[in-house]
Amino acid sequence: MSRSERSSDTDVDDTGGQAVPGDHADDRPATPPPAHTGSMATRRLGVAALVGLTATLLFGLVITGPEETQRDAARLLYIHLPTIAVTYLAFFLTLVGSVIYLRRGSAFWDLVAGASGEIGVLFCGFVLASGALWGKPTWGVYWQWDPRLTSTAVLFVMYIGYLAVRRLELPPDVRSRRAAILGIVSFLNVFIVHYSVQWWRGLHQGQTIGLDTKIEGMMLFTLFLALASFLVLYAWLLIHRFRVAWLAREHDDLGLARALAERRAESGRRVSPRVS
Amino acid sequence: MLRDTWLMAVKDLRIELGSRVVTAQILPFGLLVLILFGLAISPDLLVTGDARRSVLEEIAPGLFWLAVLLSALMALARAFALEADDGNLDALRMAGIDPAGVFLGKALAVAVQLVAIEAVLGFGAVVVFGVPLSDPLLLAVTLVLATFSITLAGTLYAALASGLRSRDTLVPLLVLPVLAPVLLGATLATRDALFADPAVPGWSWAMLLAVFSLLYLGVGMLAFGPLLEET
Repeated sequence: MSRSERSSDTDVDDTGGQAVPGDHADDRPATPPPAHTGSMATRRLGVAALVGLTATLLFGLVITGPEETQRDAARLLYIHLPTIAVTYLAFFLTLVGSVIYLRRGSAFWDLVAGASGEIGVLFCGFVLASGALWGKPTWGVYWQWDPRLTSTAVLFVMYIGYLAVRRLELPPDVRSRRAAILGIVSFLNVFIVHYSVQWWRGLHQGQTIGLDTKIEGMMLFTLFLALASFLVLYAWLLIHRFRVAWLAREHDDLGLARALAERRAESGRRVSPRVS
Repeated sequence: MLRDTWLMAVKDLRIELGSRVVTAQILPFGLLVLILFGLAISPDLLVTGDARRSVLEEIAPGLFWLAVLLSALMALARAFALEADDGNLDALRMAGIDPAGVFLGKALAVAVQLVAIEAVLGFGAVVVFGVPLSDPLLLAVTLVLATFSITLAGTLYAALASGLRSRDTLVPLLVLPVLAPVLLGATLATRDALFADPAVPGWSWAMLLAVFSLLYLGVGMLAFGPLLEET
């Protein structure tokens, strides 16, 4: 686990000096959890993302010229395509995490899958929004029953469902196992939905105006710059989201341990006067 | 496993015979949905260029399958509400019932109920929407395959959604996006079966339904092991 190395803060020792009962201490480090999720590495990553995205804005809006057929609307592609890539990458990592969790039962991969799923949904929302904004000047309408657009919308809702299962009120390991199954099956579904919708639209009309523009030179560079920046942003978000989830899990465990300790102390107090 | 499947299905159907939730609540709900479609869309809207065909008739296949999907959601939620109390699923597991058998049995029971619902709703749709029928065989095949698609995938997702609370609200959110391809396939195949639409390859869409149900047959049987292995 890539735990923060700046965990020197002492104000998080809220267990009241109680020793944590042994049955909860299996996979937790002995050091107290950090009070924040930043570390040297993530800070550098964050700065890199910020610089990259700023440069993307600069290149995308100022330095590159308007595209030949789609004019300025094509600039949205610098955001649209990288967010699509990140969406698929995020859901793929959810799949990987789910598979590993089911095989090994490691909490680490369960939380990675969940964190990645959340970020995937976020980026999928960006994809839909930027697609609709691109559709208005290109197609004349925000929404076209384009196969890609339609299947992305279904994908979006499907992974919101995945996140909902992760929040079900169930024992943590039961919930994690279900989420893992869902994380695997959902990815399978992405393909079924995608191809069936494509087939459906293929019946009625030819492919709608696609991304058949020539992208070269400065535009290609901008696109790659944007892709790299969004990937860094994804990594940064993922690490932070994962750390928050990990801390939340620790907190739940500690809360339980603390409650147990309090009950024990209580019963000890109640018993001792009678003994003495 | 086949024996377990049979036991589970018979158990669920017997409970239904005793409680009549599907016949007394879900079936009337489906019919109501059909009537509401008529109110929302208006029977007087005519298809452009054709004075004799109403919009309602034109889109009847889609409306029928939407009504079936909505009824199926309730039937699926009901199927797992049966097991929600008293740790029933644990009891089944301890009784040595194969998880795949639980999955198949539940799906089979829902399928039987869904076929009954489809029969009534189909009859209702013919009456209130006034649709012709050109290919009965394709229609029958579509009904069977779509029913299996809905129940197999639906059972898996309804099981995933069943929790202590919020079960009923989560089932539609999980099941409906997954069944979007089934709605497409069933609607288009039915369309071809009713109107003999030359633009729609009805049998190909029926094939899609077959592939879909086979896929979820496999996935559900695999997934139910770890799914029941809980609590």
